[in-house]
Amino acid sequence: MSATVGPSAYWYVTRSTGVVALVLLTVTVVIGVLDVARVGGPTWPRFVVDGIHRTGSLLAVVFLTVHIVTSVLDSFAPISVIDVFVPFTGSYRPIWLGLGALASDLLVAIVLTSLLRRRLGHGAWRATHWLAYASWPIAVIHGYGTGSDVTQAWLEWTNAGCVLVVLAAVLARAAIGWPQARRVRLGAIAAAVAFAAALALWLPGGPLGSHWARRAGTPASLLGRPTASAQIGSMAQTASAGRTASA
Amino acid sequence: MSLPRLLAGLGVPGATTLASHEAVHGDLPLDRARRSGRLPAAGSLVDEIRLSGLRGRGGAGFPLATKLTSVAAGRGRPIVVVNGCEGEPASEKDRVLLERVPHLVIDGATACARALDAERIFYAIDADNAAARWALESAIAERPDAGRRGSSSSASGVVGIPAGYVSGQETAVVNFINGGRPLPSTTPPMVFERGVSRRPTLVTNAETVAQVGLIARYGAEWFREIGTDQEPGSALVSVSGGVLDPGVLEVELGASVDSLLAGAGGTAGRPRAFLFGGYGGGWVDGSQASGLAISERSLRQAGGMLGPGVVVVLPESACPVTETVLVAGWLERESAGQCGPCVHGLAAIAGALRSIADGRAEPDAMGHLARWSRLVTGRGACGHPDGAARFVTSALRVFAAEFADHAAFGRCPACARIPVLPLPSRLAVAA
Amino acid sequence: MEVRVDPIACKAHGLCAELLPERVSLDEWGYPIIDGRPVPRELEALARRAADVCPTLALALVRRA
Repeated sequence: MSATVGPSAYWYVTRSTGVVALVLLTVTVVIGVLDVARVGGPTWPRFVVDGIHRTGSLLAVVFLTVHIVTSVLDSFAPISVIDVFVPFTGSYRPIWLGLGALASDLLVAIVLTSLLRRRLGHGAWRATHWLAYASWPIAVIHGYGTGSDVTQAWLEWTNAGCVLVVLAAVLARAAIGWPQARRVRLGAIAAAVAFAAALALWLPGGPLGSHWARRAGTPASLLGRPTASAQIGSMAQTASAGRTASA
Repeated sequence: MSLPRLLAGLGVPGATTLASHEAVHGDLPLDRARRSGRLPAAGSLVDEIRLSGLRGRGGAGFPLATKLTSVAAGRGRPIVVVNGCEGEPASEKDRVLLERVPHLVIDGATACARALDAERIFYAIDADNAAARWALESAIAERPDAGRRGSSSSASGVVGIPAGYVSGQETAVVNFINGGRPLPSTTPPMVFERGVSRRPTLVTNAETVAQVGLIARYGAEWFREIGTDQEPGSALVSVSGGVLDPGVLEVELGASVDSLLAGAGGTAGRPRAFLFGGYGGGWVDGSQASGLAISERSLRQAGGMLGPGVVVVLPESACPVTETVLVAGWLERESAGQCGPCVHGLAAIAGALRSIADGRAEPDAMGHLARWSRLVTGRGACGHPDGAARFVTSALRVFAAEFADHAAFGRCPACARIPVLPLPSRLAVAA
Repeated sequence: MEVRVDPIACKAHGLCAELLPERVSLDEWGYPIIDGRPVPRELEALARRAADVCPTLALALVRRA
């Protein structure tokens, strides 16, 4: 496969599986966060809600595996096997790809400890499960930072929807959960609001602004290669052929 | 030797010293044998205890020999914990033993530790009981081989357990010694499998250990000279409430309740009821108590229990409803708060009892109380909800007339009297 | 085999009663009331699942002592 034939099939798969994984993780996180409300009833028993939480996370891991494998296989962006596990070491958008590596590392830790929960004991499992609160926002930022399609309306709405439902869930939990732990409650509210505010401040001038592909750390060789312009364009919508040339 | 046995040293001046203790009981035969170089076989004390039929005197009445065998079968060098915690508000017997005849308790603990080849002995006492701590620590320091490393005796120490009704429960004591909070934990593992420092641990009541101090000297046959076939020996009973001379009495198991009351100076006025077994025990109507014997068997048949050896006489002048309400409220607050059925169930029970006492109860409050009492039983990590349910259920049965009267008309003139049943104020020992 | 609950660990999530109503019912506060009868072979898979999904790992399927 040569660069002259445009985007590879792998690249499309990487992008689409990334989006699906984010949606699945969002569903998982929202159910997990709202677990304290003990949602359930005759039509939606609690073990079904719990089953969606478990199956959703495992399915997300499947999509994430495809997402990662295809990103390495794809010959266009220089992403190595090491880059997808060790954060911040690669040459392609190192920060934003690194966040993705970090998020998936955390997710692997969360899923593995959950599968070994009975062996670990409830306390140790629960402690590691708090990592979910770190993994999900890091994954969101990774999506914005590396995402090729973030300025497309459908993805903008998908991303915004994911962020909003998790925010709403965290705020709802802070309102009803942890009745004894006032600090945890205030911390959760503060963290949720801070994350939303940071996104709102960062996005317009960042991934949704101009020249993001270059500023995100895409290697100059890729940006400057006119034959690859179609692929660059799809990687970062702002980097249209004309802008790439002017950059 | 007839009674007193455990309390024989009480009449001797300076009974807390080793010299006067040995003047009463002589030295431990094991010490004598060791000095002469002829140690008895390792299991001989356990065999002697098995023959004696001694059962635990902390309330559960478990055969001590079985416990010792289980501890000995565990993995690792055992630990011995003498449980002198007395969370039961109407119980005084362990305090009397620890403060007045500490050497007898130490004798028994030492004998158990030798039989098990235990590494350490802990004396767990109520943290606020300064007198017991002083008596024990002075007595330990006085022992010829006390605390010396490499000596045949196990190293020993006194541990003050923070006050609380459930903090003297065996897993709570072990948890506290292990550096945790003095709260019960779920079993298994039982403490005889994995207790202090994850070692097999013998946790046994101070009176039980003191009895071992006697059995080690005088033997099983002597021990069984008094008492009944199933429940041999003597027992300490704390008698309080409507008696003229309240206190701790040593009685032969199987002795009549009447003789116990006579020993406590007789009753002050006519007793309305008797509480047998403390706040985890049960009430028996005043008219039914005179034919009973001081034994687990006899008292359980009547709806009470011997348990930790607590008898409270409720005089007719007291209001049984208010007494029950106060104790039930206290039992609710003394829940460790760990198990849902105990937390919610005891709160519901105490609330319903209060509403009956005030005459503002729901029509089916008695039915709810009976149901909740059944509902909490057996559903906690420890026996606290079971005991509370037993106490309340027996009160509803024995005082049915008074409860019906309060449900219909509210408070009675006797409600305002000073309660007979003692309840500790936790404020003084908050530290 | 029989089901057993750790009353301290249990936080009344109630999934066990949904999955194994044959042996677990809930009291009015949502805590499980365990039927101590042995779990027959045909219920063992459900009982194991009930133990696995317990959010606090309070339920266990144990061999009868």
